[in-house]
Amino acid sequence: MGRVIARDLRLAFRAGGGFGLGLAFYLILTVLVPFGVGPAGAELARIAPGILWVGALLACLLSLDRLFALDREDGALDLLATAPVPLEGVALGKAVAHWLTTGLPLSLAAPGLGVLLNLPWPGHLWLGLSLLLGTPALSLIGAFGAALTVGLKRGGLLLSLLVLPLYVPTLIFGADVARRGAEGMALGAPLALLAAVSAGCLALLPFAAAGALRINLR
Amino acid sequence: MNAPPLVLDGVAVARGGVPVLEGVTVRADPGTALILRGPNGAGKTTLLRTIAGLQAPIAGEIAPGPDQVAYGAHADGMKGGLTVAENLAFWAGIHGTGGIGEALDAFGLARLSERAAQHLSAGQARRLGLARLLLTGRPVWLLDEPTVSLDAEGVGLFGQVVRAHLGRGGIAAIATHVDLGIAGVPLDLAGFRARSVPAEGALAWDV
Repeated sequence: MGRVIARDLRLAFRAGGGFGLGLAFYLILTVLVPFGVGPAGAELARIAPGILWVGALLACLLSLDRLFALDREDGALDLLATAPVPLEGVALGKAVAHWLTTGLPLSLAAPGLGVLLNLPWPGHLWLGLSLLLGTPALSLIGAFGAALTVGLKRGGLLLSLLVLPLYVPTLIFGADVARRGAEGMALGAPLALLAAVSAGCLALLPFAAAGALRINLR
Repeated sequence: MNAPPLVLDGVAVARGGVPVLEGVTVRADPGTALILRGPNGAGKTTLLRTIAGLQAPIAGEIAPGPDQVAYGAHADGMKGGLTVAENLAFWAGIHGTGGIGEALDAFGLARLSERAAQHLSAGQARRLGLARLLLTGRPVWLLDEPTVSLDAEGVGLFGQVVRAHLGRGGIAAIATHVDLGIAGVPLDLAGFRARSVPAEGALAWDV
């Protein structure tokens, strides 16, 4: 599993595009919002947690369709399936590599981008923390969706339709943590639920993704 | 290498839910090569994928299990963004086998080892894909049209590697249209074409 992570990270850095693309998309989206909504500070501050969370969701989605598709096209997936490594570990490794190249940089950039949307002060920290806790779930759910659609030509669109509804709980609790943090309210409950969603995804979805891959490889 | 024989007993395989072969019964002892012949669409690739464990046979028994089998397909899973050495090191790590030096030398890739795989010629890339087989450490090699885009020298190197593998007591099942200079048991798949087509819709869920 470590080898799969290391290989995917190396490929992401070499190819260049995969690593920076999601981050650049996130930045542009955040910059565009004030143009659309208007520069009124109070209004922006109110919608900032939601916008930053939805933006992170979409940025995660950008690179998902290539998660297994590239390995499928060049035959690596067939060879990994016949190699003496569990396919569950491969699926988890690819999800971890996806998180390291998208979720982690997004979480680290989000507090800075919060400034652009006039997010009130303690909210920056909570936004970053909620993304750190929530984006692993996004990568894991995405890996499951990518495994389901791996055999399809132009499966990317179907992948979005499958995965975005599954992102709803993560989005609700994550944005709630950031909003409550910004308003100085108690946020223990949504934070615990967000962590629970991620932990549940981590426990279950590698198995689901491996099952979907096995069916699609036939 | 102490390999069990490759035994197919009444194997039937399907492609896309349609049976293509049935009743395939053959045995290859350690040290022998099985040469699969048949026209395009005869089911050579489907049979090899079934032996590799990538799909289940619709009938019959296959021994040994997929953990003894190395599958060399058309698509060899090499990443263009990684160097030759990095690609091979990845697969050596996955299979828990040792160094890649022997595999590089066997296919004349040593001086290309720092080259990115995307900058290799088609024949060099093919040799890289075949070098992976040596790193699997598995006794049964399944080779699907292994010599496509290889030049005469490449075919010669490949023949040497396969003969060495057979000499170590390995087994190879090779689907090919060209003469590789490897003595082997021919298996003409035209004789096993599936005749019975089961009721519509039954197969997709039975496999």
